[in-house]
Amino acid sequence: MYKNILSVTLTIFLILTAAAFAVAQNAPPKAGSALPEMELLKPADSAYLKYLGLPAGGASFKVHQIKAKVAIIQIFSMYCPYCQADAPNVNRLYGLIENNPQFKDKIKIIGIGVGNSQFEVGVFKKKYKVEFPLIPDADFKIHKIVGEVRTPYFVVAKLDGSKPPQVIYSKLGAHEDVEVFLTQIVKLAEIK
Amino acid sequence: MKRQAIISLFIICFFVNSAYALSEAYKDNIYNPGKLKPVDSVLKVKVGQKAPDFPLPAVSGKKIALKDYRGKKNVVLSFVPAAWTPVCSDQWPGYNIVQDIFEENDAVLLGITVDNIPTLYSWTNQMGKLWFNVLSDFWPHGAVATKFGVLRSDGMTERAIIIIDKKGIIRYIDVHNINERPPLEDLVRALEKIK
Repeated sequence: MYKNILSVTLTIFLILTAAAFAVAQNAPPKAGSALPEMELLKPADSAYLKYLGLPAGGASFKVHQIKAKVAIIQIFSMYCPYCQADAPNVNRLYGLIENNPQFKDKIKIIGIGVGNSQFEVGVFKKKYKVEFPLIPDADFKIHKIVGEVRTPYFVVAKLDGSKPPQVIYSKLGAHEDVEVFLTQIVKLAEIK
Repeated sequence: MKRQAIISLFIICFFVNSAYALSEAYKDNIYNPGKLKPVDSVLKVKVGQKAPDFPLPAVSGKKIALKDYRGKKNVVLSFVPAAWTPVCSDQWPGYNIVQDIFEENDAVLLGITVDNIPTLYSWTNQMGKLWFNVLSDFWPHGAVATKFGVLRSDGMTERAIIIIDKKGIIRYIDVHNINERPPLEDLVRALEKIK
């Protein structure tokens, strides 16, 4: 009798723990919270390392290592029609940042190709002439960390030396007006 | 105890082990069938054999036959299991931005499912304007998939890629795990070998 009660209780406990674990894995980053830690594949291209202020060597890096005040993280997929349509807008956002001396060294963009191999990310980069680093997430590891969000999804993190960086913006979908988006980021990150 | 551990593991796997990323293009309209048996059919063709011919209706309104390409183009058949499901919705939009790779390899792409034309029309409309033909193997249900041996026991097709050269000979077959999208580089490498 006691054995049965214990068995049922243990089963319920394990099921609830498993479900809680699964739900916890599925929460997208929230503004005001800490950016979940993610191990990103380090770009091989030295120009990208220079752009992100990362030292050469090592297979991976973390967002807090990016030398900037703000990191814009675009969660995309080569296979996503909206990401394809949004690519020129994100390129424009990159141009607005890079061509403005006030923002150039303070705001950096990285794209994470969820479920995309290096080859697939390369196809997207070539097709849309993307100049900022696109990082493959072939096994969906990062995708799971960010709550398996739909694409495109944008997370903006403030990098002030604290670990982990703080999420200041987290939103699903493309931006109709990247200038408005940039203004919003600058305000949220208090960039002067 | 062992049973409890298995149940917990199943729950974790069910929720956590997805192998797709959905585009916002489909909003909340994707039905998730969950994890399926990776392969559920027996191939009736093999590499080196002549491909069985077929005529199928396309979403464009045309009737497409394999023999139309004989002596002209290599043909990539991309069977996907079902419209409005996660991995399938996450496959053809990628092929849609690599028309140049197909052209460089003198190949055309034919997408095939067992869905009917109206369903395929509304589903593929979410992918943007597709450069390749999408064919319906709806009626007689899965007749072409049956010829190739890629019709599953539940009436869907496998997630399969079959490449047929200009002579009509099958040169590549990938009956992929239905739960995962085949990497694009595998298809491209196979095409380059045929060229």
